[in-house]
Amino acid sequence: MNAINDSLVIMKRQLLQLIRIPEVLIFSTIQPVMFVLLFRYVFGGSISTGIPGVDYVQLLMPGIFVQTVAFTLAGTAVGLAQDMEKGLIDRFRSMPISRSAVVVGRALGDGALNVVVLLVMGLAGFVVGWRPSSSILSILGGFAFLLLFGFAMSWIGVLIGLSVREARVANSAVFLTVFPLTFLSNAFAPTTGMPKALQYFAEWNPVSTMVAACRELFGLTNIFGVTADSLPAQQPILMSFLYMILLMVIFVPLSVRKYKSSTSR
Amino acid sequence: MKSVIARDLVKVYKVSGRKRGSGATVVPKEVRALDGLSLDVEEGTVLSVLGPNGAGKTTLVRVLTTLLTPDSGEATVAGVDVIKHPDEVRKVIGLSGQYAAVDETLTGWDNLVMFARLHRMSGSASQARANELLEQFSLTDAARRPIKTYSGGMRRRLDLAASLIVKPKVLFLDEPTTGLDPRGRQEMWGVINSLVDSGVTFLLTTQYLEEADQLADEIAVVDHGKVIARGTSDQLKREVGGERLEIVVEHQHIPAVREIVSRISPNVVIDEDLRRISAPVATGTKALMEAVKALDDAGIHPLDLGLKRPSLDDVFLSLTGHVAASEEK
Repeated sequence: MNAINDSLVIMKRQLLQLIRIPEVLIFSTIQPVMFVLLFRYVFGGSISTGIPGVDYVQLLMPGIFVQTVAFTLAGTAVGLAQDMEKGLIDRFRSMPISRSAVVVGRALGDGALNVVVLLVMGLAGFVVGWRPSSSILSILGGFAFLLLFGFAMSWIGVLIGLSVREARVANSAVFLTVFPLTFLSNAFAPTTGMPKALQYFAEWNPVSTMVAACRELFGLTNIFGVTADSLPAQQPILMSFLYMILLMVIFVPLSVRKYKSSTSR
Repeated sequence: MKSVIARDLVKVYKVSGRKRGSGATVVPKEVRALDGLSLDVEEGTVLSVLGPNGAGKTTLVRVLTTLLTPDSGEATVAGVDVIKHPDEVRKVIGLSGQYAAVDETLTGWDNLVMFARLHRMSGSASQARANELLEQFSLTDAARRPIKTYSGGMRRRLDLAASLIVKPKVLFLDEPTTGLDPRGRQEMWGVINSLVDSGVTFLLTTQYLEEADQLADEIAVVDHGKVIARGTSDQLKREVGGERLEIVVEHQHIPAVREIVSRISPNVVIDEDLRRISAPVATGTKALMEAVKALDDAGIHPLDLGLKRPSLDDVFLSLTGHVAASEEK
């Protein structure tokens, strides 16, 4: 009970930060919206969807949603590294609060930020022609799925933030890990156009599986290349769940352990 | 009753060689931050842990506030074992560190309410406590401003307020005035002094001898992870030697004055450059009177004349062989 109370207090702190400095929220939504415009109008015309009768924008939006929530962990990592630098983590650790509250609250807070970001992006997508063809329930399920994915990914950020201890380092560390993962995937272009060896990587990439799951929930069929018979291609939703569980099973205990032993210097 | 007891604390850090500014030398080495440190603090008193940078002060505070586990040794705070029952210790301590450990984007009020909520106070009780503390630390006017607009002194006061949400039995202040301007320091001293009267036990670290002198009932001088001297400010000063008689005269009078002073105390020290004759004296004011009388009889008018008590700087220098805070990191 206390652990929940403490986590919610920490989460509330993050939501308060958004109210006190709204610029953060504004910029964290402008960037993905720029991506939408860039891919929709600059690259999109030259990318074939491989599916007759389906515009590129239908394929693109789930990809950009996933990329955006995957980058949630950047904010998590940088925020925690800053708290570390400032000695705030020391203060929390010297207080009689639940040992997991600070990291759980952080992950929840960053997850909550995604609600706003996804809302803005969904609207932006709608404006540029994105029209999911599935039922409303399925669409809402897709967004819920994305939120869950953001929450799961933010645990990687927790571990990075507590490990590197410096905000600037955290930022580059995150960029170097997440950027290749989101681009070596089916998020922006079908994997079928990639060299064979890369197809294996791209199609087993959890980001691709997640994108495929979202496309399914938004009413699209997925095209896979070399791994068309594998579990991620056949059951992307199930496989995404498994990936998320795996992520959390690995990173939640590691993060909580790291928090317990971390001091700012 | 002892509120804090530390026995033979040892903490060794492995430094991987690439410490700040060390250049190309990559030599793994051990730093014995705590090297068998022992001390205790009597309930309701202020102990100042005085030492230069790198003496182990912060490591000591980290161990006593459960942030760091020592390699060996034991410690209790308010009677609770720090290593075995850290959760219990956290309930009775307050910690205010070298930097303001608060959320800078939030307002002072936001921060205090958050910390009060984390102390499991209800929403309305948290807000009431936040207002109370802001009032007590003269921050009411700045309550609704983000911390990043605060001055250094205001940040430290807010940080201190945050450690007092629930009145702690033992309050740890790690270099509470480092980096503050003289005015901020004076303000902080005032705040700390007002808290001392409330019965809280204090352990405060400082590099400033003046600060230890101002705030502490007792001083523990720490160097290289050990306590090298312990006592009240007066006791420590006495340890270095009692008072000294100092007379400054015109050059031509130096031999005559040496003769006069040597009749009072045998160990006369002459500093030709400063034209100063000095000697340790056991009977302070009596020696001074004698000297004045003898000088008057000899028709010598001293440029300066007085009894000098050793400063804590002198204490530190004579105990450690180096000047406090001069250790370059």
